[in-house]
Amino acid sequence: MTEALLSLTVLGVTLGALLGLAARYLSVKESPLKAELTDMMPGTNCGQCGQPGCAAAADALIGGQAEVTLCPPGGRALAAELAKKLGIVVDLSAMEEHEPLIAFVNEDRCIGCTRCLRECPTDALVGGPKSMHTVIRPLCTGCEACVEVCPTDCIDMLPVEKTLRNWYWPKPASNQQSGNIAA
Amino acid sequence: MKLFLFRGGIHPEGRKELSVDKAIERAPLPEVLHIPLQQHVGVPAEPVVEAGEYVRKGQLIGRANGVISASVHAPTSGEIIGVGGHTAPHPSGLPVRTITLRPDGKEEWDILPPPLDAMNETSQGIARRVEWAGIVGMGGAAFPSAVKLNLQEKYPLHTLIINGAECEPYLTSDDRLMRERAREVIDGVRIMHHALKVKRAIIAVETNKPRALSELRIAATPFHGIDVLGVPAQYPMGSERHLVHVVTGRETPSKGLTADIGVVVHNVGTAYAVHEAVRHGRPLISRIVTISGRAVREPRNIEALIGTPISHLIAFCGGLTEEPDKLMIGGPMMGQPLPSTDVPVIKGCNAVLALTAEETARGKAMPCIRCGVCVDVCPCGLVPLDMAALIRKEDLSAADGIGLNDCLSCGSCSYACPSHIPLVQYFNYAKGRMKIVEVEKQQQEVHKRLSEQRAVRLEREMQKKKEMLAQRKAEAEARRKAKEAAAGETSSDAPATAAAGTPTPTPPLKPVNEDAVRKTGHGPAEPPVEDISERASGS
Repeated sequence: MTEALLSLTVLGVTLGALLGLAARYLSVKESPLKAELTDMMPGTNCGQCGQPGCAAAADALIGGQAEVTLCPPGGRALAAELAKKLGIVVDLSAMEEHEPLIAFVNEDRCIGCTRCLRECPTDALVGGPKSMHTVIRPLCTGCEACVEVCPTDCIDMLPVEKTLRNWYWPKPASNQQSGNIAA
Repeated sequence: MKLFLFRGGIHPEGRKELSVDKAIERAPLPEVLHIPLQQHVGVPAEPVVEAGEYVRKGQLIGRANGVISASVHAPTSGEIIGVGGHTAPHPSGLPVRTITLRPDGKEEWDILPPPLDAMNETSQGIARRVEWAGIVGMGGAAFPSAVKLNLQEKYPLHTLIINGAECEPYLTSDDRLMRERAREVIDGVRIMHHALKVKRAIIAVETNKPRALSELRIAATPFHGIDVLGVPAQYPMGSERHLVHVVTGRETPSKGLTADIGVVVHNVGTAYAVHEAVRHGRPLISRIVTISGRAVREPRNIEALIGTPISHLIAFCGGLTEEPDKLMIGGPMMGQPLPSTDVPVIKGCNAVLALTAEETARGKAMPCIRCGVCVDVCPCGLVPLDMAALIRKEDLSAADGIGLNDCLSCGSCSYACPSHIPLVQYFNYAKGRMKIVEVEKQQQEVHKRLSEQRAVRLEREMQKKKEMLAQRKAEAEARRKAKEAAAGETSSDAPATAAAGTPTPTPPLKPVNEDAVRKTGHGPAEPPVEDISERASGS
């Protein structure tokens, strides 16, 4: 009886100490690159890239399972930054610049179920139980999380409204005629 | 006076002869006036009138909204028939908030503020009057002028330059103004000179306008400290930075203002508007517009009310002789193509051009041969061909690194390019795109902060729920104990203790609930919610 107790105690203590030491000296440090990449990401964990959150996307990037163009909300600007960070040369002119979409609640169909409110990662949807919901437009990231849970399909993703404030000249097509005055 | 010419630039054919000999005329009143609430750089004005209201000429109809904004006044008396959207005089053709007025033809003036004794007035007093009048830069940039008349407090200013260069081809509106109303222009310059408390004021006019120069010289003779200066005709002489360089020999810092080197620049049209506001108490409700181009039957210089549809002005000029290849607002170099002739004249609109195909001389864009002509002509010392190549590859930050933001979009490079590459169009695209990217970045910061705050809030709610659960448990425990204790006592006491014990658990719970509802808008109201959604999905 004493022997068994003793041997098990010794075994436990030694193995425990070994494990403790291993945890201390053989630990795998999380790559600082991952932290940096995660920081560059939009950080809303919207899941549009197909990864469970921005940290996982950073992991996938480092592991090479994903392209730098993975993040739709980040767009071309983020892709360029990521490529620079990772030292990859990519031709971003081919990257399709998505048209930014934001959620729109069709108010006549909204029943006030509050399901979308719980899903929204940026609290861009406001409303109360049994009363109509609506979207605070500048806060919407266009992640579509609310679209899936809506029981009445009342949320549509619409392009951001063009105004004089966000309009800019289109890029000239490569074979476009020039419009200057030649003497 | 020694001039300090800038390198580069171009000498396009002037084509001012089309309208230069036409004296300023007034167009008859149009059927309706469309007065946009944003005719300036900055925040749109807020409408202060409603549909159906009768307004008098000069009455305030849109109030400036903040410092960088400008008021809008009724250009004539009549009835407001609507406050809504109307196509803006902007290449996008997007609608902008606009007040529509139907003139009654009476031209009945509102009660105007009294004339100011300008030379004994404070700088603030003059700036306030200019702000009231809704005056913006009349050269095209349309920056609120009052802001630029208040700079003497923040910057050590020494020179006021009045821009009468009018370097773009076709334009003659400033030329006619200087010729016909030289005394008024000079008076406006004196007022601004006094308000800014600067040593000297210099009116710079290109030497291709000898009549304007002589008229201004005559009008300026009696006044000390106001000089009229002829500068060579070279595009883009009318660019603020280049004019300052030519006159003072000093270069405005990149991303800086001319005020950083002690100079303020105003347009001659602005000087005239300041004279009108200060000496006569009249707000800015009209401006001089050149209607020109070979597609116009009879080019003219018209003093048009703000809000006059451009189609009305073209009709006043005898209409079009042929379908124009290009319809523009502003000069041919830096002007903007018009979406339609239904758009109104605004404060910054100095010309409307209807150009024939022969005049626009479009060419098919060919590959860049790296001849370097664009580098030679760039008045800002940039390398347009490299910037355009980078922008084509979407490398906007690299283009910015070689000076994209110092480009003033003067179009000299596009004009000179033998391959007809639309260089300036690339730069306009890149500048707009970069601004949007910047805005998006800021938005992403906001999104990030919000999602972090949400995580914290969810954590806190979870904590609260746990606490509530623990509290309930403890209360249940206490109740059980109380019951046990009561069972030990006499049976008559038991109901009394139980009755006293039961109400206690409810009060602390209720406020917690309410709190959660108020904070989140969707707290513990689960049961009715599920009920509704089930019903909905079932139907």
